[in-house]
Order: sequence, then structure tokens, then C-alpha cells
Amino acid sequence: MDFGGINPVILIASLMVAAVPIMLAALGELVVEKAGVLNLGVEGMMIVGAICGFITAVNTGSPVLGFLGGAVGGAALSLVFAFLTQVLLANQVATGLALTLFGLGLASLMGQGYNGIKPPHTLSVPMGPLADIPVLGPILFDHDWMVYMSIALVAVVWWVLKATRLGLIIRAVGESHDAAHALGYKVNRIRLGCIAFGGAMAGLGGAYISLVRVPQWVDGITAGAGWIALAIVVFASWRPWRVLIGAYLFGGITVLQLNLQAAGSAIPVEYLSMSPYLITILVLVIMSSGRGRAALNAPASLGQNFHAAR
Amino acid sequence: MTRPILLKIEGISKSYPGVRANDDVSFSVGEGEVHALLGENGAGKSTLVKMIYGLVRPDEGKMSFRGAAYTPGKPGEARASGVAMVFQHFSLFEALNVAENVALGMENPPPMRELAARIRAVSEEYGLPLDPARMVGDLSAGERQRVEIIRCLLQDPKLLIMDEPTSVLTPQEVEILFRTLRQLSSEGTAILYISHKLEEIRSLCDEATILRRGKVVATCTPREKTARELAEMMVGATLSPPERHPGEKGEVVLGVTDLSAPSPIPFGTSLKGVSFTVARGEVLGIAGVAGNGQDELLLALSGELRSGADRVRIGGHPAGDRGPAERRKAGLVSAPEDRYGHAAAPDMSLVENAFLTGAIRRGLTKNGFIDWAATRTFAEEVIATYDVRTPGSHVAARALSGGNLQKFLIGRELDQTPEVIVINQPTWGVDAAAAAAIRQAILNRAAEGAGVVVISQDLDELLEIADQFAVLNEGRLTKPRPVQGLTIEEIGLMMGGAHGMEVAHHVEA
Amino acid sequence: MLRLEKRPTPSRFWLYATPVVAVLLTMIAGGLLFWLLGKNPLAVIKTIFWDPIFGEFAFYLRGQLLVKAGPLILIAIGLSLGFRAGIWNIGAEGQYIMGAICGAGVALALYPTESRLVFPLAILAGALGGWAWAMIPAILKTRFNTNEILVSLMLVYVAETILAKASTGFLRNPEGSGFPGSRSFSTFKAAGNPELIAGSGLHWGGVAALATGVAAYVLLSRHILGFQIKLAGQAPRAARFHGVNPEKLVILCMGLSGALAGLAGLFEVTGPAGKISIDFNVGYGFTAIIVAFLGRLNPLGIVLAGFLMALTYVGGEMAATNLGLPSAAIQVFQGMLLFFLLGVDVLTNYRIRSAFTGAR
Repeated sequence: MDFGGINPVILIASLMVAAVPIMLAALGELVVEKAGVLNLGVEGMMIVGAICGFITAVNTGSPVLGFLGGAVGGAALSLVFAFLTQVLLANQVATGLALTLFGLGLASLMGQGYNGIKPPHTLSVPMGPLADIPVLGPILFDHDWMVYMSIALVAVVWWVLKATRLGLIIRAVGESHDAAHALGYKVNRIRLGCIAFGGAMAGLGGAYISLVRVPQWVDGITAGAGWIALAIVVFASWRPWRVLIGAYLFGGITVLQLNLQAAGSAIPVEYLSMSPYLITILVLVIMSSGRGRAALNAPASLGQNFHAAR
Repeated sequence: MTRPILLKIEGISKSYPGVRANDDVSFSVGEGEVHALLGENGAGKSTLVKMIYGLVRPDEGKMSFRGAAYTPGKPGEARASGVAMVFQHFSLFEALNVAENVALGMENPPPMRELAARIRAVSEEYGLPLDPARMVGDLSAGERQRVEIIRCLLQDPKLLIMDEPTSVLTPQEVEILFRTLRQLSSEGTAILYISHKLEEIRSLCDEATILRRGKVVATCTPREKTARELAEMMVGATLSPPERHPGEKGEVVLGVTDLSAPSPIPFGTSLKGVSFTVARGEVLGIAGVAGNGQDELLLALSGELRSGADRVRIGGHPAGDRGPAERRKAGLVSAPEDRYGHAAAPDMSLVENAFLTGAIRRGLTKNGFIDWAATRTFAEEVIATYDVRTPGSHVAARALSGGNLQKFLIGRELDQTPEVIVINQPTWGVDAAAAAAIRQAILNRAAEGAGVVVISQDLDELLEIADQFAVLNEGRLTKPRPVQGLTIEEIGLMMGGAHGMEVAHHVEA
Repeated sequence: MLRLEKRPTPSRFWLYATPVVAVLLTMIAGGLLFWLLGKNPLAVIKTIFWDPIFGEFAFYLRGQLLVKAGPLILIAIGLSLGFRAGIWNIGAEGQYIMGAICGAGVALALYPTESRLVFPLAILAGALGGWAWAMIPAILKTRFNTNEILVSLMLVYVAETILAKASTGFLRNPEGSGFPGSRSFSTFKAAGNPELIAGSGLHWGGVAALATGVAAYVLLSRHILGFQIKLAGQAPRAARFHGVNPEKLVILCMGLSGALAGLAGLFEVTGPAGKISIDFNVGYGFTAIIVAFLGRLNPLGIVLAGFLMALTYVGGEMAATNLGLPSAAIQVFQGMLLFFLLGVDVLTNYRIRSAFTGAR
């Protein structure tokens, strides 16, 4: 069942893997933006998560601890952003960019001496006979546990934002920090928590790249995945389930172009490798036009700092 | 009738850098009493209630509530003690629905479905119809206030604080509100009612504490005083109404014909077929409850929102498709309501802010290069002419108090020899003396032959300065009528519009 | 507890003091980092900040400063205009690459014409290339309300693949025996961008950078366009009230920053880099963001900041060769500088009060 040298079952199965990093990072950023904060440092937090996770996993031999290390690394870096924007009221766009520039350098520095090492293998979830079902088996039941966890996290974030008081407060803070403050909510503390969550998720996504997707450490390993995650949040109109769709879409494009390259397609390699970025732009255009439908769903206080004047 | 004391305030003081917002304030509120807190803008009313609600901590003094010491550290503690507050603005979330908004103001809200049922029950009981599933952004100003009131009522408060509640209501809606408040009072809920509207206080309140510059200047029973006496206690001086020199009406300088425009503001109101004319020397007053298209009308007249060329004519020439700069060139100046960020750039100096609109009519550029010396002269001229209190023209606009900045901004427009003047809320948040000065300056320009449009939510102000009167209601403008001979009932009907239905509903309930 | 209190008027003292404080704090934190890496912090700091100007090889390294500072300043000034207006072009790296490809492409197409017109034509093409690449996010923003941050950044990755294609394909040196990279400009005098004064490091790019600094200063302080740029960034609604057309401003600021980045790329590739190669770009487009902020988005400040940042590059290379400092450490160091600057900046608009004296 091959089309031009590409097996669709393997393609779908591998797009689910390829989608995990951007899904996790976008999900975290979604929560951050829902709280009214624009953190453009996703790329930096991801790559720091990637190297922290890699170092932890290699030194402990445990992928689980590796992912934990990645999350902690991403969260730690995000706290720098949180301190600058929530306490010192620095411009969010500039601080986010600084976070990315700093993160890329830091990861490269930390990663010295880790080139060419294989990380411990992240285990698949044993699904027993389910994995042997033709077509559906390899697509749905033959993945490592992070694939399932990322989907579960989408569900959790969706449920928390929609149905819990915590979610309501997060949405309220992102909608109008003045009103939330007037009702007695600690705007900056709630945002701080969301930023840390976003950092942990980006770190988790980064760790997945270095521990499963590649799996080894190379400089600049994230290659713009953090920026694509930011774009997916816009694509998803700040809705968790659409993050899942967006991540699978981009995962699909990435895997497809890699497969086409491998299969020696007639399309030049350069066009194929630029396609994920071009398609991101195209999707942004489609989502942003149409008289601001996506914009209407955007949190009203997005990107604005809050300072309780009196 | 003496009531048991519910809230007692003793010697409360609070200072901010450069301001003593409250100075040794003492008064008490009895159970079930409707107590007015009366004072001008800046008299310290808001700071005082923020302390009672736990948003701000006092520097000195103490409070007691139901006989026990009362020191709320945050609004949650105040709510737990039985104090609830309806804000003037800034406490609703437009993109959330009514039930979610209510839940955010409660300590332990029940599940959403149960909460929705309770909202319906309370809104029935107090004659405040409200659908829990509607998005707050789609509600009228009056309906939004109901959301806040119901949010408070669901917690069975002992004391309900209301900050300027009627500024956003039509006369009919005010009646509904007062009926609700009287009902609450008769059930034993005390109400702390903040306002500077004297007639309201005389008709509603049992007791009044009057604040001036942070101090209590009098405590009285408002029904026993005339509005004039209350006003003099509040302002501390006798005020004379502005002088009018009605001149000859000249030719039409501003003509608006069937102007419709979608709102560029999220949850804004579109303009629908607005038509009117203003002649030289004439003042058109446009009333209406907030959020009925006032901001949009100003944008459409200033040129920030464009329409068909013939929809707006300045001095007989089509200008509807022109931007703000070209309209200024044609003789139209305008002053938006929001001073910090729209009419002025808060972080820029007064000189730069003078350049912001004065560049064209005062000829402050040569080949695109700015003549800063001439601009400074212009700014200092405005500061001197309009008595703007500032250390100099170099300070940032945000450093000025609201009233002083407003004087500067109105002066900036009036000193450009305009043909047409459009002002939204000329005296909002301005103290009485400055407001009087601003109104006089506007009338002087009209006497010199400018056509003036004043958009305001202050009916008294419009009746004082306008020749013609019209009302904006959901983006539609009523036909302008001469102010002379207009009764308050007629105005109420002009403003009522669709809200008339809800009056009937309350009578049945 | 400390608490922030907004100043009525921004502090002029801190406006100028924050970059100095930020540099000092970065030296301290950076020293700590170098110490953690097992280096002598004082030696590293001295190698980075002192040796290139006053050290043994200063005669050569001083020239290198101008070589590095030129493109940084040129790009940063363009970016700063947009940043002031709240228009975030962060894809200068892509515009830099495209300017280089277009300019070099035009010049190489004319090879071996030895005419005085070749270099001016290449400059024009370089500016146009960068301009056109920046127009993509600009037009998408004005037409479709698309986020210019994400689009301009995505286009960096696209530009990098085009660069790969250029150096291995359509611009490859036909006489280069199949090796990637274009014909060298050192052998094509008409299109070359040589050092103007021997040993100074000054080439046409440096001249352009300094001239742009002066022009931008005049624009911002004296011209109505500069006023409108500042106004649009500080108070967008007031800008519309003034009569600024936000869309025109986006087109203008993005176009200008793109053209300047393109110019920087062209000067680099015809001068110091010498040819189009797959990795001729070294991230100036991103570092320029730091330069723009470090210079307080002020043209004269940016000129100074450009030299400071060039110092970290040149000194960083010295430290790498002489002391074995990893080059990534310099990148971290530059990132820290931006963090400290953004953090200390709070003092310009706020003062710090003890909560005990303010509210009891």
C-alpha cells in the first residue's frame, strides 16, 4: 500500500509522533495567552527543555526523569520571563525575544560534550494484541507513552479551562485584568503560574524532540518548532482541541515532506524543507483574515502588563 | 427612627504621593439605611469605599462592622463579612457570559446550572430581568449593571456599596433601580450610595455624608435640605451658571446625512442613519446612555472612521471620506472622551501633545520638519489661557490631574480658530470649577461663530449649554429639538427607546 | 516588601543610566558564568572588553570592530523605527540574506563587466531584495491582519533554504569545481566592497551605517514622520486621532527596516564575507534586536550599542581562541545583556518604594 514510495499507515503513525513537541508547546502557550500573556520565548524554552531533558536522561538513564528535567528546565527559564514581565513590567514582546535568543545560546553551551550520544529509549505502551491490528494497530496502539499523554493533556487543559473555577479565573484575568483585580484576584500571581506551566510544557515538548523524535543532541535542534507552536495557538483560535488538530496538520506536513525527500520526489529538496514554514504563513493568513474571527476570540488583555496603580 | 449601627468608620486617613485622599473621615451607617456619600470628583469617595471593600488599606483609623473590628485585607474578606460592591466600571468581563461573571464575584459559587437558576430567581424577585447565558459584551449598560447587582445580591449582603450607579442609566432605568434599592432597604440591607447627583440623593437616601477634598464637611438628612444647599456644601462655593450670548445663527457648517458605519470597537454599537446639521453659533447637545454609539459618532466626525464623501460635509464641502488631518484643515476640531491614550498620548510631553492636533491649523511644520519652538509657544499659550495647573509644558500628560489635562486638551482644540467643534464628554471626571470654565470656553467659541456638537451623558450639562437637543439610542439619533420648552419627561421618552419594555415588566412583577 | 510606583514623568536620569547599569550587571553575571565554566572571569572580561581596543592586536581588532558594528547598526536602526511604532519585524536575518542574494545575484549576472555602475546597481538590488522580503509580512499584516512577528520569522527559515539553494545551485561559482559558494568578489573589482582606509575596517557598509544613524536621529527628533512613529507606538489610538494611517506606517517601517537589512547583507557579502556561501550569515539579524534595545531605540544610542556588541563578538572570538571559551557562552552573555536591560528599564518609569512606608 505505497504511494510514490510512501506508506500511508507509517506516515500517519509517524505524524502522531512528529506532532507531540509542537502540541505540548502550543498547549502550554495557549494557557499562557488565555491568561493574557504573550510569551514569544517558546523556542528558547523548548530548546532549553530539550537539552535539560537530554542531559538528565543520559545521566540517569531514565527517560521519565529526562522528561521531568526538560519540564523543569523550560519552567525555570520561563520564570525569568515571568519575573521580568510580571514583577518588573518589562515589555512582553521584547522579553520573549530575549528569552529565545538567550535560550538558544544557553542550550548550545549546556550541550557541549553531549553531541553524538544516544539517549535511553523511551518505551512504547504495551497494548498487547491491539498493536497487531492491521492499519489501526500501528496508527493508534503502537506509540510511546508521551504520545498518549500529550493527547490526555489536551483533554485536561480543555476541561480545566471550560469547567473549573481555576479555568474561569484564568480566562477572566486574560479578558480584563482590571476587572479581575477589582474583584480581588491576584492578577500577576495567576499569570506567573500560567507562565510557569507554559514553560514546563514547552520544556516537555523540547525534551521529546531530543529524546524521541531525533533522538540525539544537535545545536539548534528545535529548528523553529517553538515559533510554529505560537502560530498553532493562533490557528487554534485559543481552543485546546484545535491545538490537537493544528499539531497533527503540521506534524503531517513535516513527516510528508521528509518522506518525499527520502523517496526522491521530483520536487526539489529546498522547496520541500521550506514547506512547513510557508504553510504556517498560509494558515496564519487564513485564520487572521475573515474580519478578525480569530481576533475576536483572542483574550482581550493579551500582551498588556498589569500594574495595580491604586 | 434610630437603627442599630452596621458600619462605623472612625478617623480614617489615606495618602497617595502628593494627595491626601482621605483625611480623618468618620461616619456610620445603620442597618437597612440608605446612606449617601456625596462629593465632587476627587473628593475621596472612591478611595474610601475601596478601603471598606478591602481593595486598599487605610493609613490610619479603624472600622467596625456589626460591632466587631473590621479590617478586610482583600475583597474576598469583605464579601465574607457581608459587604458587596457594585462598581462604576471595570468589574465585568465582556467575553464571558452572565453566569460566569456572577461566579467570579462569589467566594464559593454553586455549579453553573444551579447558579443560573438562582440568577433567574433573584432577577425575578427584584424585577431585574437577565438571561444567565448571554455574553456580557452584548448587554446594554443598564443590563450590565444588573449583572453586578445580582452578583452582590446572591451573597445576601448586609451592606451594598454602589459607586455612581445611575451615570449609565436612562431615567426609566433609574426608577427601576431605585425601586429595587428601596425593596432591599426595607428587607434590612444597608446601602452606601455614592453620587454627586443631588436630586437622586434627596429622593432615595436617608442620611448623607458630604466629602470635600478628603474631609467630611457635613452630615445631614438630604430630604431636609434643598439641592442648592447640598451643592454648596459639596463644592464649598456658590457657582454661577455660564453666561450665554446667543448670537445670530449663521449658515450650516456641519451637515451629517444618513450616516451609517460599523463600529471598529469590539462589542461596540454601529451608527445607523444618523442625520443632523449644525449652524454657525449653534450648540447641538447629544445625550444618551453610555455605549449607544457616542464613541463611534465622535470617530465618524473626527475622521478616524470614514464613510461616504457626502455623508459628512464641513462648510458645505464633502468630507466623509477624509481623514482627521484633512478634516482639521477644513476647520473641524474634535476632542474624544478618553483623555489618556486617545485625545492625548499619556507619556508624551504637553508640547508634543499640543503638536498632536495643532500641527495643521497652527502651521507648526515646514516641509515636514517640526517647528518645536512654535509648538512650545502654542502649548504655553493654552496652559496660560485655560489656567492649566502644571509645572511646565515639558511634563508628561499623564502627570496632570484629569481636570487639568481636560482643560489643556479642550483649550488645544478651541485655540485653533475652529469652524466646527466636536466634543465627547467635555467635563467627565472634572471638578465643578473646571467644568464651569470648560463650558464657558465652549460657549464663547460658539458666540464667535463656530458650530458646536457636544456629546454628553450629563443631562444637566446639555440643558445648560445646548440650543438643540438630540439623543443617541443604539446608534440611532433622534431628530434634534430646540432645548427651550423641553421637559424632563420628554427627554426621558427620547432616551427610553427599547428600554420602555422593561419598565412595564417591573410593574407586573 | 518592595513595591513599584509609577513616576509621573519618565526619569531622564535612568533613561541614560539603565544601559550602563545593565552592562555592569551583565559583566558580573557573565563573570559568574565564565567562572562556572572554569575560566578566570577577570581574564575573560578583560579579553572581551579591553584587549580588542587596547591590547596587543588592537591594530587589527579595532578594524574588526567596525566590520562587525556596521551591519549591526544598519539593521538595528531599521528595526528600532518599527519597534518604536509597535511593529515587530524580527525577521531581519531573512531580509539580510535576501538582500545579499539579490545584490550579489545582480552583480554576478553582470560578471565580468568592469563598470562603475555595477556596485551601485548591486546596492540597489540588495536594498530592494531586503525590502521585498519585508513587504511579505507587511502586506499580509495590512491586508489580512496576520501577525508580523510570526510571518517575518518563518521567512528567515525560508530565506535560509533559498540561501542553501543559491550557494549550491543558481549562484554557484561555475569555475569553482563544484564546490558550494559563489564567485568571490575579491576577484570582481567592479562589484567589490573593499576597505576604504587600510586597517580601519571601514567599508561602504560602515559609511552607510553611520549616515543612517544621523538620518534616523534627524527623522525622529525633527520630522513629523518620526513624531508619528513614536506616537503610534506609545498611544495607537491617539495616533489615529492625529491622522496616522496605521497601514501606511506598517508598510513604511517594515520596508525601511527590510531595505536596511538587505543593504547590510549586500555590503557584507561583497566585502568581509567575500562571497555567497551557505553560512555567510552569522545571526546579525537577531543580534541587531539586542542592539536596538540596548541603544534605547535611539539612533545615537544604537551606534554606541552596535560597537559594544561588536566588542563582544570580536572579544568573544579572542576569548575562544586564547582562553578556550565556548562561542555559545558569548551568545548567552549577549542574551543576559538584553535581560538586564529590560529588567533595569523599569526604573525609567517606576520608582521602587518600600511597602511599609507606602501603605501600612
